[in-house]
Amino acid sequence: MVSAEARSVDSRAEQLNEEILIRRVREGEHELFYELVRPYERRIYAAALAILRNPSDAEDAAQDAVLKAFKNLRQFRAEARFSTWLIQITVNEARMRRRKDQTAMVDPIVESQDREGNYTPRDFADWREIPSETLERKEIREALARAVASLGEIYRDVFVLRDIEHLSIEETAKALGISTANVKTRLLRARLMLRDLLAPGLGGSWANKLSFAKGNKPW
Amino acid sequence: MVIDCEEVWREVSNYLEGESGPAMCAAIEDHLRGCKRCVAVVNGTRNIIRLYGEERIMEVRAGYSERLRHRLETSLPLRRGTLFGWMVAFAAAAMLLVAFEIGSSSAFTRPYLRSAHAQPAARAIPADLAVVVTDEAKIFHLPGCGVIHHRSTERTLTAAEAEREGYVPCVRCLRKYVNVTRSSYGTGAAGLPGDVPSNAPAQVLLFSHQ
Repeated sequence: MVSAEARSVDSRAEQLNEEILIRRVREGEHELFYELVRPYERRIYAAALAILRNPSDAEDAAQDAVLKAFKNLRQFRAEARFSTWLIQITVNEARMRRRKDQTAMVDPIVESQDREGNYTPRDFADWREIPSETLERKEIREALARAVASLGEIYRDVFVLRDIEHLSIEETAKALGISTANVKTRLLRARLMLRDLLAPGLGGSWANKLSFAKGNKPW
Repeated sequence: MVIDCEEVWREVSNYLEGESGPAMCAAIEDHLRGCKRCVAVVNGTRNIIRLYGEERIMEVRAGYSERLRHRLETSLPLRRGTLFGWMVAFAAAAMLLVAFEIGSSSAFTRPYLRSAHAQPAARAIPADLAVVVTDEAKIFHLPGCGVIHHRSTERTLTAAEAEREGYVPCVRCLRKYVNVTRSSYGTGAAGLPGDVPSNAPAQVLLFSHQ
């Protein structure tokens, strides 16, 4: 078991290493930029995919975001975490692409989910704790991805930043340009909606098809 | 404080993030002891947070890392020189320029020698070569040279001694040792002093004794 102190030391070492890399890239060693981005490449792809819901678009957005990060590296301030800054750029890039793509397209479930009133859970299946190795199963990973992709975008964006990318409430609010109260409200709804979507499958047997896989939405 | 199910659902996110106050926490836990539905909601929401918090839930497309790296390699500008690098390059260029200027400066070239007698030898005059000198001119000759005058004052010396006394070789009898090349005139072979115009730059071949 790794102690909190050891994790803190590791984290500080990583941060120092990151600071050195940033300085060297700024001084002209551009080839080191990939080393700076590499620890987060999976996360930025995940963020873009959750927002765009298309692997190809997500990859393009992730690549463009990384290039934008390089071009704007001088604007990066050390008081923020580099990972947070990079993810914010990625989220902005993905949301911008989504806005372009949505000029003639309306998300059919956005309207029904945009009411930010109280959310009432629809499913009360007893969801026992899931063993960690469950995530090794491809169909479960796909079910989780489908569930988050089915959320309305205002909920999805908040959920991606907070629960997938682990930004703080304040960082999420700043990245999305909304209040922290709005972040909390949307996050609650997103979590409850996902629970409603996934509890029947994860609480029961994954051999049976998930209810939302048939197109049934519990809200 | 007693709360109902709806209040539990409204607060579940804060509760799981540890942001509910102590009174609210106690009220929720009290409610959960008697409400299986809310237990299911709380446990399910906790599982959602835990599952999506795992980095491996998001599958990355095959080759994504390689394509990202390639995109960076082809899109990022080439290495930019540092200030120090530019300073070193500038200093090197300046030194080359100065060296070239010094090398081509007239201060470091020998002036054209007008007198044929002053021209150095093309090849070394043997130091012990017997030569004769007279008081008529500061020229030394081979014995029997046709242009020796004032033979009454003739003295015999070695070539080395004659040069030490300031004599120069006769261009008639010691022609093979006297040479003036005209590098800037190209075609001219080593010629006699008379071949060289007075304003011609000359390349002087130093002579020395063997």
